[in-house]
Amino acid sequence: MQALTGVTRAAARQRLRLTVRAAGLMFASCAGLLLGSVLITAIGMAWFVVLLPVLPILVATVRRFADAHRRWAAELLGTPIPAPYRPLPDGRLFPRLRVLAGDPATWRDLAWLFVNATAGLLLTGVAFSLALSTLGFAGLPLTWPILPVEFTAPPDGQELRSLTGDWGLVVVSDWPSALLASVQAIPMAALWWWATPHLMRVHARMTRALLAPTDAAMLTARVEQLAESRAETVDTQAAELRRIERDLHDGAQARLVSLGMSLGLAEEILANNPEAARELLAEARESTGQALAELRDLVRGIHPPVLADRGLAGAVQAVALAHPGEVDVTVELPGRPDAPVESAAYFAVAEALTNVAKHAHANRAWVQIWYDGGLLKLAVGDDGRGGARVQPGGGLHGLERRLAAFDGTLSVTSPPGGPTVITMELPCALSSPKTSPFSATD
Amino acid sequence: MRVVIAEDLALLRDGLIRLLEAHGMQVVEAVDNGPSLLRALLTHRPDVAVVDVRLPPDHTDEGLRTAIEARRQVPGLPVLILSQYVEQLYARELLAAQEGGVGYLLKERVSDVAQFVDAVRRVADGGTAMDPEVVHQLLSKRAHDEPLSRLTAREHEVLTLMAEGRTNAAIAARLSVTLKAVDKHVGNIFLKLGLPASEDDNRRVLAVLAYLEK
Repeated sequence: MQALTGVTRAAARQRLRLTVRAAGLMFASCAGLLLGSVLITAIGMAWFVVLLPVLPILVATVRRFADAHRRWAAELLGTPIPAPYRPLPDGRLFPRLRVLAGDPATWRDLAWLFVNATAGLLLTGVAFSLALSTLGFAGLPLTWPILPVEFTAPPDGQELRSLTGDWGLVVVSDWPSALLASVQAIPMAALWWWATPHLMRVHARMTRALLAPTDAAMLTARVEQLAESRAETVDTQAAELRRIERDLHDGAQARLVSLGMSLGLAEEILANNPEAARELLAEARESTGQALAELRDLVRGIHPPVLADRGLAGAVQAVALAHPGEVDVTVELPGRPDAPVESAAYFAVAEALTNVAKHAHANRAWVQIWYDGGLLKLAVGDDGRGGARVQPGGGLHGLERRLAAFDGTLSVTSPPGGPTVITMELPCALSSPKTSPFSATD
Repeated sequence: MRVVIAEDLALLRDGLIRLLEAHGMQVVEAVDNGPSLLRALLTHRPDVAVVDVRLPPDHTDEGLRTAIEARRQVPGLPVLILSQYVEQLYARELLAAQEGGVGYLLKERVSDVAQFVDAVRRVADGGTAMDPEVVHQLLSKRAHDEPLSRLTAREHEVLTLMAEGRTNAAIAARLSVTLKAVDKHVGNIFLKLGLPASEDDNRRVLAVLAYLEK
């Protein structure tokens, strides 16, 4: 019972909010009509060059106005409505005007202003007047004596008062008739209750239809984003290859050269000085060990063998084991992601944990990996001092850019004093788990 | 001593056979893939198996999984795993079954022939051979631990060697001290770490590894 009243109360609150919103939107649509008319006039008078600088200001005002409507509609529909505007060049007036005029969104905005002032006004107006007339009917028993006298009935000169002015739709003469008329508030309230959410949704859908980016605009934005992330990926890859080349050159290659020298020298002096030759051989063996250690580190940085062996779950477990401090790892994946995504996810978690070790001053950390709605989700948290931020050139920024190559995203919540949680999402498909001829080794 | 070898690279396989046979061991079979390894281990029941982690057909950790599976079917079967890299995760899985000798070494340790043969013998005898790299990882992870930081430098050395699976006698020889001195250090280490003392060398090794793994 209590739950039911709770639900009803929430529904009532929502309808009241929508009614207030409807009233606001009614005024806004009138203001929009004014704005649109001014803009059209200004465009019409554009030959009058002095007026040109006004145009960008007007368009910007229209855009802010439209943005507010996008926000309202998005809030109601529960899905974001992105703004479709092309980026404006800085500075000079004429390039800016050219972009503004060439952007279809400018003209769609203008069309929207007029649709909003007609169809939009109708929708919000109906919603608002339903509420208003409910109040009017309900209030009749109290307000009838102060209503203006619209008619006088001929036989006895009875004064007839009307709620709707000289349209005479609701006519009362005394308290009982006022009470009778006020009963109409009940169907009116029911209509308001039922229709308001529908009307406002239709209004929000209309706003979305006119103000959301067109498919073409979405594609353009997507292409831009892809071009950018591809360029970054190529840069990162090139830098990575350079690093590997340098590591090989300064590390394993150099050691093999010195190894060859030691062996050659040992060969030369073997007959005359076997003791020194033995020393050189020992040195040579030492050198192979160091070369192998460097190659091992290099391989780990390219593709960790444990990732190939055990997939993301095992590899993250291995990282957690090597982490100084406690790390709880929970992995719930119904299958394996593609190798590139798996590798990106692994390195992202490894780097996030490295950050924890370096900066967080944490006692405990945790890693959660799961799959939800086509997204591989990775969360790395710690109980450290917080204050982690994505800033240009920082580790988290680099991480974000590398995830962007896979359309992945990164978000950080890290209030001062902690705790810090880094959440990363990578869109991907999972393959069904590989069947193994061996029983599980746990 | 009867040995089964699993290594897919022919060059290394032949090298291992030569090396072990030169030290008086008998290589009863040398295989190059996981399924053959399991069959070989179950038919020969060797005194020790020397196994490469990465084997065909998967080229992942098939060697390790096969070895663990074989130890499940033949409890206590001594296994020495060789790998190009070491993972604590794998060391932990190997140590999970507390019965029979296990070893986990980097492949390159083969180049120190005497040490390597010693490790093979130790594992065959039911002992432990952990790569110094594994021990180093374990110790560096716990570098700031309170009980560990109370150890003296010499006790630290002894702890490291013990975690690698060496007997007290071997530690004494390695550090050029008397067996008695090593015994004293070991006693102190166990006291400081709060571990129950034990007479048996390998049980001590396992206790230390379990402590570091914790």
